[in-house]
Amino acid sequence: MKTENQKAWFFVLPVLLLVAFNALIPIMTVVNYSVQETFGDNLFFWEGLSWFEQILRSDRFHDALGRQFLFTFLILIIEVPLGIIIALSMPKKGIWVPVCLVTMALPMLIPWNVVGAMWNIFTLPDIGLLGYFINNTLGIEYNMTRSPVAAWVTIIVMDVWHWTSLVVLLSYAGLVSIPDAYYQAAKIDGASPWKVFRYIQLPKMKTVLTIAILLRFMDSFNIYTEPFVLTGGGPGNSTTLLSIDLVKIALGQFDLGPAAAMSLIYFAITLLVSWLFYTLMTKDDAK
Amino acid sequence: MTLELKAASKVTRGITHIKPTSLVLETGHFNVLLGQTGSGKTSLIKLMAGLDPLASGQIFMDGVDVSKLSTQKRNISLVHQFFVNYPQMSVYDNIASPLRVAGMAKSEIDDRVAEAAKILQLEPMLKRRPQELSGGQQQRCALARAIAKESRAVFLDEPLANLDYKLREELREQLPELFAGRGAVVVYATSEPEEALLLGGKTALMDDGVVTQFGTTAEIYRKPENLTAARVFSDPPINSAEIVKAGSEARLRTGVSWTMSGVAADLPDGVYTVAVRPHHVTPVQAGPGAVALNGTVQVTELSGSESSAHFQMGDDGWVSLAHGVHPYEIGEEHAFYMDASQCFYFTPDGKLVA
Repeated sequence: MKTENQKAWFFVLPVLLLVAFNALIPIMTVVNYSVQETFGDNLFFWEGLSWFEQILRSDRFHDALGRQFLFTFLILIIEVPLGIIIALSMPKKGIWVPVCLVTMALPMLIPWNVVGAMWNIFTLPDIGLLGYFINNTLGIEYNMTRSPVAAWVTIIVMDVWHWTSLVVLLSYAGLVSIPDAYYQAAKIDGASPWKVFRYIQLPKMKTVLTIAILLRFMDSFNIYTEPFVLTGGGPGNSTTLLSIDLVKIALGQFDLGPAAAMSLIYFAITLLVSWLFYTLMTKDDAK
Repeated sequence: MTLELKAASKVTRGITHIKPTSLVLETGHFNVLLGQTGSGKTSLIKLMAGLDPLASGQIFMDGVDVSKLSTQKRNISLVHQFFVNYPQMSVYDNIASPLRVAGMAKSEIDDRVAEAAKILQLEPMLKRRPQELSGGQQQRCALARAIAKESRAVFLDEPLANLDYKLREELREQLPELFAGRGAVVVYATSEPEEALLLGGKTALMDDGVVTQFGTTAEIYRKPENLTAARVFSDPPINSAEIVKAGSEARLRTGVSWTMSGVAADLPDGVYTVAVRPHHVTPVQAGPGAVALNGTVQVTELSGSESSAHFQMGDDGWVSLAHGVHPYEIGEEHAFYMDASQCFYFTPDGKLVA
């Protein structure tokens, strides 16, 4: 005889509580703020969707979103191919493997704000090693506190330095898992190095590359600490990415309503693009 | 086609994988490389395929020295133990890929792929990807690629090892037929003596990086040149024990003795090693020539219609293999009968003398 009771719910309860505290409750707080106006004293006035409308119509948001997409696009277009190329040129066995791996992992071990501070000092035109070298030895004017182009180049190079290793390590893990037999088969068929890459290495790296691209997309799309420490969003608003703008609205201007609405829109965009990436990259397997 | 090795050897970082080996492999029958795991079968195949460089010696194909020729120019095929296909290509493209690299006309590629697919019953799956196929179908796809290519030499490196029992038998039956009349030298590596016997042709016994004996399979089975060859070509392992010959009498250390006959009887007196295959040691007395061995049963196995028993006699372990089901009790004293006419005799350093 089967006994029917509701005991099973007790087993789900811990997970439910955990998810509630780390995701549902914070998000609902933000939702709460996004549809109301508050002037302190815990007084709230219903605003409906007007904050969302305001954000979606604001040029400031459009500009920041544009900069954010440009930044993420540049990061992916540089880091993914570069990471694959480095992984392909790394040794497969021998004593150099651990040396390469540790060297690759080093940048990722440095805390984000330290990375920002490091590159800030590194690129100072008067005392920074790189800044001084470019300005005085090469004679090229380079000052990221004045030139938006210099500021962009610096945040891109910094991120490439910091995070290409992730793509390298994941690709490398995919590469070393390919049995020798595949390379032998290609050799017997007389396949060119490009064909070997296209038909053996790339397909075998696909799963890890999907993860690498997703991680790099999410991290670069939500990036805050490094550019904030490095440029603070300047000069002007030229490197004010979405998250930096969001913090300015929320904590600088203390417009909690619009900031909450913007957070939710930001979150929705990240989710949507991640889903798009994932669906596109795994489309073939589902067939 | 002939494939000839002249004192070919392989050394990597100071370790010798293949000692200088000479072989002449011909078309028209299977050339089986039989040896245990680690005996150098795969190394030898890679050497012949040109995937590894020769440390010394030469390799000839049809009398032409190909030692320095790269793998793709040798026009060979290799089928691996695990199923190697291009994951992103359809079965059709997989079979066609070497032909495309060779720059063959589209219509001819079509014909060849269709033929190979027909022989290997892959026609309904030509549009699928390898990972959508079963293990047996994936391996058939790899075999189809080797057939369609019409290469001069085909190397099959334990191609059936990862297939289940049923498929293995099925494909093994088809294999000789597949390559018959194609003019390619077929080399088949396996660790199973039974497989070598079933495939026939010629067999090269391999042990510790060297070919110990080469000849027609049946001949090698009947006359292993040395004790190692006899051991490699027996499953379960061949029984061997030391004997002292005096006159025409052979005596084991345990005291059991029998009268030697034929060539064996004419050997000079002294110490020899006797070896006898497990199926010539049976639990029932077969004929008047049978020698009784009394031992303690230690392990028994029943495989289908055959039962085997490992028994201890003195210091030596023996194996018996007999048709039918024989009830053994572990630890019991049991009489086994050895057919003395089926014994091989080796000198103490392992050479066959009778």
